[in-house]
Amino acid sequence: MTTATNGAPLIEFAGVTMQFGGVVALSAFDLSVQAGQIFALIGPNGAGKTTVFNVVTGVYKPTSGAIRFQGERIDGQKRFRITQSGIARTFQNVRLFPNMSALENVMVGADAHHRTGAVGAALGLPWHRSEERHGRETGLALLDFVGIGGRAEDTAKNLPYGDQRRLEIARALATDPRLVLLDEPAAGMNPAEKHALQGLIRKIRDDDRTVLLIEHDMGLVMDISDQIAVLDFGEKIAEGPPREVQRNPKVIEAYLGADVDAS
Amino acid sequence: MSRLRQLRDRWSATIDRVRDWWHDASGWQRWTLYGLLIVLALFAPSQAVGSVMSPFTDWPSLLFNPIGIYILLALGLNIVVGYAGLLDLGYVAFFAIGAYTLAYLSTKYGWSFWPLLVLGIALAAVSGVILGAPTLRLRGDYLAIVTLGFGEIVRITATNTDEIGGARGITNIPHPPDLPGVEFLLDPLPYYYIVVGLIVLTIVFSRRLEHSRVGRAWNAIREDEDAAELMGVPTFKFKLLAFAIGAMIGGMAGVVLAGKVIFIEPNNFPFILSATIVAAVVLGGSGNIPGVMLGAFLIAWLPERFRGFAEYRILFFGAALVLVMALRPEGLLPSRRRRAELREGSGGMGSLGAEVAGPGAADHVEAKG
Repeated sequence: MTTATNGAPLIEFAGVTMQFGGVVALSAFDLSVQAGQIFALIGPNGAGKTTVFNVVTGVYKPTSGAIRFQGERIDGQKRFRITQSGIARTFQNVRLFPNMSALENVMVGADAHHRTGAVGAALGLPWHRSEERHGRETGLALLDFVGIGGRAEDTAKNLPYGDQRRLEIARALATDPRLVLLDEPAAGMNPAEKHALQGLIRKIRDDDRTVLLIEHDMGLVMDISDQIAVLDFGEKIAEGPPREVQRNPKVIEAYLGADVDAS
Repeated sequence: MSRLRQLRDRWSATIDRVRDWWHDASGWQRWTLYGLLIVLALFAPSQAVGSVMSPFTDWPSLLFNPIGIYILLALGLNIVVGYAGLLDLGYVAFFAIGAYTLAYLSTKYGWSFWPLLVLGIALAAVSGVILGAPTLRLRGDYLAIVTLGFGEIVRITATNTDEIGGARGITNIPHPPDLPGVEFLLDPLPYYYIVVGLIVLTIVFSRRLEHSRVGRAWNAIREDEDAAELMGVPTFKFKLLAFAIGAMIGGMAGVVLAGKVIFIEPNNFPFILSATIVAAVVLGGSGNIPGVMLGAFLIAWLPERFRGFAEYRILFFGAALVLVMALRPEGLLPSRRRRAELREGSGGMGSLGAEVAGPGAADHVEAKG
């Protein structure tokens, strides 16, 4: 697994446009994310943030433009290949495998790098067993890492909402991604849970991964982000460290919808 | 009706207790039970059992076909429907391909049963891939319709191909060669034991697949195909694999059947047989091996047991099916997971059409930003 060298971005968007019929969800979007950062994507509802995640992960093929991950074009590639190449995501509305146990959910993620096929599994061959062991150990370790180690055997849908969000993060991490995309991880969490989540996101970054984050909770975003980009109507209107972005008049206008000079 | 519901609830409670016991059972307890079941299967064809189970028909014959064959077919279809959640309404096609492989190559070129068993399985797998490759992009009802068509295409092609006997079928199919001490003639017993052996093999492989990366992938696909793909599961590959493995088991059953019956014709493989096997899987409890076997057994056995009622038996049989499905839509012995999926109407085949996602899978994923 190569890590981006200094200077070369981990992921780079060049003029990415995504149109749905007449609707432009993303317009000539440029962005570079350096490895080792916590990078936040903010903007009003409908600004195109999740569309960014969807074009990165291959859910949509961009209408035009290019996305490079570790120097390689990934736009238009198959979704599972993109995941295997080192990008994993969570979903705005939790999408776990509801009737599988927490551990099994995470093991599905870990399987992204497993190779045994039907023959190895049917015959119980040694490398299959060692992969199963690896998946189980990785899974348990990650459940501990996100703080739900005690719930491995629980069915995913029976977990409290906050734990389901953590489980989604664990499942994404199990694919051993270089880039983790978190789509509104704090949605629906209480202040204590949000606080714990902040710690978790930092831990992920410290684990030599890069985090790209969509979040509406401005306190959280301003607290943990190294860099922020602001989207409005499919266009990037600002980018910079939290302090700068906070003071940017365009951003204030986009959020408040008012002319800054009016006061 | 309330009496029936009571009965159902008591059944559910009993099943759950047995399941809990099984879950906590130690290794030797499990092996003892496996041993008992195999002994039971070996002694099943005896006269004493037969006089109770089948007063009207020769019991060992019945045990071979339809009971044994249906159980094998249901176990195969269970991989496609129960594990991967793909509704296949043309499963009989693979059964036919296995049977015709044996019938044609043994009558025409004198090939022997055992190599043809292997070849029949291989050809069924290939045809499973040929059917799956273009169609598995479809979901839910669309897939069901296309597979239904495939089943008919195979049957009609056989009817119209003179080389394989056309509508008249193939006659004088040789029996398998004798093994030391075992003669394969008209006596159904040796064939029954072959089927028992193949059923045991199928169960072992099914269980191992279920509890492996492959089974997890199927599970994930069934529960949320888009999320599975985004977690690095090559969903298409795994669906194709389920199709191929299911087809192999269907083909295997076909070869064994043709080895016994001397004569096959296209009308041995009608659509109604595909539907019957789907009914067996759903009635028994899709995704759960004991359930599927129970379902296949009942569907094969009940109409024969009540032959005394002559024409009315199919009517009663249909009524019984409707009743079971009304009271217990998840099947008699469902897997816990499938039961939960059915309750909430998720999970591929579980919804039987409630989930109609067309080819544009991407629309599923949250689009707004």
